[in-house]
Amino acid sequence: MDNIAGTKSSLTWAVHISVALLVALWLFPTLGLLVSSFRTSDQIATSGWWKAGFPSEQNLTLRTGDPDTQVQDGDVFVIEGNLFGEVGAAEISVFGISSREIGTYNAGDTAELRNGSTVTVQSNGDYRQESAEELTGSRGSRIFVTATTPPEFTLRNYQNVLFDPSNREGMAKAFFNTLTVTIPATIIPILVAAFAAYALAWMDFPGRALLIAVVVGLLVVPLQLALIPLLKFHNEIGIGKGYLGAWMAHTGFGLPLAIYLLRNYMVGLPRDIIENAKVDGATDFQIFVKIILPLSFPALASFAIFQFLWTWNDLLVALVFLIDSTGETTVMTKQIVELLGTRGGNWEILATSAFVSIAVPLLVFFAMQKYLVRGLLAGSVK
Amino acid sequence: MHPAFQGLLTIIIGVGGCVGYYYFSNQFLDKVLFPAKGANIGRNINRANMVRPWLFLFPALLALGLYLAYPVVETLRMSLSERLPGGGSQFVGLDNYGQMMSEPKFWEALQNNFFWLLVVPAMSTAFGLLAAQLTDRISWGNIAKSLIFMPMAISFVGAAVIWKLVYDTRPVDQEQIGVLNALYLWFGGAEPNTWLTMPFWNNFFLMAVLIWIQTGFAMVILSAALRGIPEETIEAAILDGANPFQIFFKIKVPQIMGTIVVVWTTITIVVLKVFDIVFAMTNGQWETQVLANYMYDKLFRANDWGVGSASAMVIMLLVTPILIWNVYNARKEMR
Repeated sequence: MDNIAGTKSSLTWAVHISVALLVALWLFPTLGLLVSSFRTSDQIATSGWWKAGFPSEQNLTLRTGDPDTQVQDGDVFVIEGNLFGEVGAAEISVFGISSREIGTYNAGDTAELRNGSTVTVQSNGDYRQESAEELTGSRGSRIFVTATTPPEFTLRNYQNVLFDPSNREGMAKAFFNTLTVTIPATIIPILVAAFAAYALAWMDFPGRALLIAVVVGLLVVPLQLALIPLLKFHNEIGIGKGYLGAWMAHTGFGLPLAIYLLRNYMVGLPRDIIENAKVDGATDFQIFVKIILPLSFPALASFAIFQFLWTWNDLLVALVFLIDSTGETTVMTKQIVELLGTRGGNWEILATSAFVSIAVPLLVFFAMQKYLVRGLLAGSVK
Repeated sequence: MHPAFQGLLTIIIGVGGCVGYYYFSNQFLDKVLFPAKGANIGRNINRANMVRPWLFLFPALLALGLYLAYPVVETLRMSLSERLPGGGSQFVGLDNYGQMMSEPKFWEALQNNFFWLLVVPAMSTAFGLLAAQLTDRISWGNIAKSLIFMPMAISFVGAAVIWKLVYDTRPVDQEQIGVLNALYLWFGGAEPNTWLTMPFWNNFFLMAVLIWIQTGFAMVILSAALRGIPEETIEAAILDGANPFQIFFKIKVPQIMGTIVVVWTTITIVVLKVFDIVFAMTNGQWETQVLANYMYDKLFRANDWGVGSASAMVIMLLVTPILIWNVYNARKEMR
């Protein structure tokens, strides 16, 4: 509508700003999780994630070297070194020698410690501790510093969560379990639904309109109703809780949408092609396999994405039909809920685990957005 | 057997089984049962074509019947009966419903669900409409749309973690790492709040998560509808001197009212089933219970199938008007 006279209003800049605000508001929460997953637990606990790109000021408790590293220099005993272990790790602004007064001295000053020695701390962390008498004890003196550390990001969280075999709360197994649930639960309903959708779209038989109405009705039936009756059914036929039950449940719950989407799409295919094929002697089965299926690819892709996202992100079906008391078949969503309970404050673990779980759907989303939008437009009951 | 291998096997058996079923049942129909040759060739072809739709439909109908239709009936039956020790059950009439109604937790869930139904569809649709209208007018609108749409791909559980970080609370003397508390203090708040434990208001903090997810959906559908509006109507309004707000509210919105209703009802259904967000963020504590989570509690924690089924039937009852409306519209469209 760009060509309509008068649409270029003076409000354009206001539109740009409001959209930018809206996008920021929608992106901000996810961004927070992503940034947090690359920070250490100390960083997360001491400063907001939005400060991650800036140098952060931290209060640290460090120690001078052990007394057995002291050297005699003339008539004083000296310990020298760097509080951080290396030069350049952080910059000290103020320091103190007691936990109650951590900012008494500026960097470069000399402070007198309780045991009679003096210590000089430079802003880069270099220190020189001097004592007239030989220093004793097993450990060095404590120094409380306020230091500015440069922004730093780490991949260690991902290493812990994904690749550490000794980590019992790791996501690697849950990731593969989720994948195991998802793929068959995506493919099988497509196939079953495609045949049914073809029959409902292009075959004439009594009761067709009624069946379509039933499918539309089943679209909104809450799957909550199905939990206990089906769990009982699964127990009776002997499959209990496990992958097979989860696959079957996902297939059943995904079918109404699949049939509805595919039928709507197939009805719109040109009648000529199908009638020509019939005149040429093709059977319904051949028409379906050789003409309808290839032409329906966009609708099949739309539904495949829906079903993939839905099964990957599902928690309820997994809780009821899949995860037994051994927990061997746990999926990522369940694992995260458990972490929320046991590791509520460990944001580095939570953020990383959650991001591992949402990374795959996000990839699929951005790669196949076109089909997703098309499916949404076709699938909302008009 | 390794589950991944088992999964692969299932795909092969499942897909192979389906394809085999369709292929061989068709072959059987055409070659054995009603062969298209011999004396009754015409009658045979007609008969085969009468049976074939049901061959195509059979697996789908079986799955639909078993996994969606039968549970509705079975849940209704269970909600009217009580489990007896050692298996078996006994008809108890409306006792389960009576017991459910006497529980304050149920009324709390019902009341919260009511607020969810009031707020979430309205806010999602409003934000979606706003985003659709604004992004349609700018050059980088498609990127903006993608980013607003993105939460659709994130699981409710993932969203729960994302928003728990937003709502995080640290003690007064520490720096806040949750955005909301940081902003609250920055704007002059006295001390950090634990947002998720403030009765009544915490419901709205949970709703924000679902609004955040559903806005993208509303935006995509409404944006398509806005683009479908005939340009002449807008041009005419401009010529008559309407300002942008009048064009939007008096010309565009009335023309897409049908789509707005569809979006509204679709989100309403999502709200009625909302479970994961509450389960992961508060688990119904601090007066945030909702029906779906209440039902899960009854079924799997209290092991009370009667009351659990009764609350499931309440959800079904709330969905029913939308179900009827959808079926009615679909039938009207087909004629």
